[in-house]
Amino acid sequence: MPTTAPTAHALSDVTASDSTLRRFLHGLPGVDAVGLEARAASLGTRSIKTTAKAYAIDLAISMVDLTTLEGADTPGKVRALGAKAVHPDPTDRTAPTTAAVCVYPDMVAVAKDAVAGSGVKVASVATAFPAGRAALDVKLADVRDAVAAGADEIDMVIDRGAFLAGKYLKVYDEIVAVKQACGDRARLKVIFETGELSTYDNIRRASWLGMLAGADFIKTSTGKVAVNATPANTLLMLEAVRDFRAQTGVQVGVKPAGGIRTSKDAVKFLVLVNETAGADWLDNHWFRFGASSLLNDLLMQRQKLATGRYSGPDYVTVD
Amino acid sequence: MASVFEYAPAPESRSVVDIAPSYGLFIDGEFAEAADGKVFKTVSPSTEEVLSEVAQAGEADVDRAVKAARKAFEKWSALPGSERAKYLFRIARIIQERSRELAVLETLDNGKPIKETRDADLPLVAAHFFYYAGWADKLDHAGFGTNPRPLGVAGQVIPWNFPLLMLAWKIAPALATGNTVVLKPAETTPLSALFFADICRQAGLPKGVVNILPGYGDAGAALVAHPDVNKVAFTGSTAVGKEIARTVAGTRKKLTLELGGKGANIVFDDAPIDQAVEGIVTGIFFNQGQVCCAGSRLLVQESIQDELLDSLKRRLSTLRLGDPLDKNTDIGAINSAEQLARITALAEQGEAEGAERWSPACELPNSGYWFAPTLFTNVTQAHTIARDEIFGPVLSVLTFRTPDEAVAKANNTQYGLSAGIWTEKGSRILAVANKLRAGVVWSNTFNKFDPTSPFGGYKESGFGREGGRHGLEAYLDV
Repeated sequence: MPTTAPTAHALSDVTASDSTLRRFLHGLPGVDAVGLEARAASLGTRSIKTTAKAYAIDLAISMVDLTTLEGADTPGKVRALGAKAVHPDPTDRTAPTTAAVCVYPDMVAVAKDAVAGSGVKVASVATAFPAGRAALDVKLADVRDAVAAGADEIDMVIDRGAFLAGKYLKVYDEIVAVKQACGDRARLKVIFETGELSTYDNIRRASWLGMLAGADFIKTSTGKVAVNATPANTLLMLEAVRDFRAQTGVQVGVKPAGGIRTSKDAVKFLVLVNETAGADWLDNHWFRFGASSLLNDLLMQRQKLATGRYSGPDYVTVD
Repeated sequence: MASVFEYAPAPESRSVVDIAPSYGLFIDGEFAEAADGKVFKTVSPSTEEVLSEVAQAGEADVDRAVKAARKAFEKWSALPGSERAKYLFRIARIIQERSRELAVLETLDNGKPIKETRDADLPLVAAHFFYYAGWADKLDHAGFGTNPRPLGVAGQVIPWNFPLLMLAWKIAPALATGNTVVLKPAETTPLSALFFADICRQAGLPKGVVNILPGYGDAGAALVAHPDVNKVAFTGSTAVGKEIARTVAGTRKKLTLELGGKGANIVFDDAPIDQAVEGIVTGIFFNQGQVCCAGSRLLVQESIQDELLDSLKRRLSTLRLGDPLDKNTDIGAINSAEQLARITALAEQGEAEGAERWSPACELPNSGYWFAPTLFTNVTQAHTIARDEIFGPVLSVLTFRTPDEAVAKANNTQYGLSAGIWTEKGSRILAVANKLRAGVVWSNTFNKFDPTSPFGGYKESGFGREGGRHGLEAYLDV
């Protein structure tokens, strides 16, 4: 992977103090909401057919973080999820594996075992997911637990309250601390909960804040609020990672999460990636879908392309 | 554009449109041959394929059409507005029903991408007829006094860049106000106007109310000069516009002209950069830049020049040029060999005068008329490409340091049709917009059209307004 070590990049001094950080984040180019949404919508009209569609569907499957984040999760459910991540389509072993399974920290060990040897990663939502309302040492303990249990990736939520109150340095410091707790064993995805940040300007600022603090991925949302990933907020974050790499040489991944349910939607997101950040991001090391119901639709579409016929929900597994 | 994610071709089907091998002139509700039997061929700019053979109007045909329109005027103008509205609403609905067919036809005949005919042209065409249908019975309340009267026969000459949309801009207000029409579409794009003639019949429009005369400049000149024409409306080049103004001068004919432009798109340093880049692209690459209000001069604040140009070049590299019927095509073909030659010559002149030329890596199809999206930097006000309208996908980039300088440069042109302002500061939008001498000023957007909004120029961009309530005035005796 063409990634550059984040050594002393050009922006290291903007985090010197609360005021330098604020000045920097508020100095980022504004976002015109109408224009952003129009661009996202126009990319959504790309007509993806035949070979391009087959490519996109397999790519999308390989980018799925197959997720279960319920209070009612059991080891059995997580094992089933792991099995599905390894062989998404039991009737067709040519289907690619998903990128990861994403679970709560206490399920990491089970998940790890379920996907052992497959190359599928285990991601864990730590840091008092989904609200993030806990003391920093509690969040860090959560992260350390998950990492110790073998998590390859940590999905952390930022303190939206601090962000909205303008305490950017506090948010920054937390991300830095979590990144440290991840060490070099786990990649860090930083979740902004864009629905709660509310404005596009805030989403751009949060994106840069997360990247400055060392995020390996920036992620739209937890999937637990009303507004999750949208084409527009994902487009905006793709612009941010593109600009960040241009300025620092550091490549950061993007993960839209929540609300992406159909193959058609997934393909639209891939078009956004292709035409905004570029082909360097068209890879599950740099782009993910946080979605659980998406996978089955991708598989049904894949079967349709292979056989020429729609099968139906009973031809894919329900796990 | 090399990418791991190649989009497979997604062509729109041609089978939805049935193009006849030949078409006549549409006079008095009937298709007829030209009096002297002349015909010309119309070709598809993207393939140079001959689409059809079309009767070529001459002076005698113009006379016949004007007489038909004059005869129809008596009854048409005497109809209550609500009756005229019914016809216009019917036409608008038929356009909607046949929009896919018309979009494909327009793409074939003009060379513009199906994406634009489908998503921009046709919806706007229908919207114009709906909008003016709504005015037809409310003319007493349009602010032109009670019971304003129509002028009579309108002679209308339209260009090839938006064949059906320009027809709608001309015909809808003319009919709504009670005038009858003789319209000459451009010689390279006559087909959609002839399909519109068919729509008029389908809508049961009385004979002679709309007459369509495909033909060349001589037919246009004859129409403009015809003594029984009461109103002349022209959209096209400034040179032809001046000619028309000379012809009409001293007669009692009412005249509106929509002519050339060299729109300034001003980007301030606090602009939303990503959206500004989109606006620049829309401004100059929409319809291959063949738009009179195109934002063909980009004025960038010096402090963000490098950043903006980098973003713009990266964005241009994602534009997809090719088969206009492919739903993923962003840039289609140039309308004619003649226009391509003009664009090529002006771009070469830009280079010769020392401006720096840049185009993304871009493969041009082997047949048809194509020009890669092109950017010129290091352009000054003294360069030809900063002054002359190119009417193609060529953007000239200039810089400024202060708002005053931006305004001065933006206004330093013989044209005055459109301008754009990009800034996050609302007060600056208002301050700058008030100083720009342009008929339309867009802020944080570009090339947005709406039937309710008046459109027209300052200086050599012409006079009179089309669209909105203002658009009625040109067709009423006020």
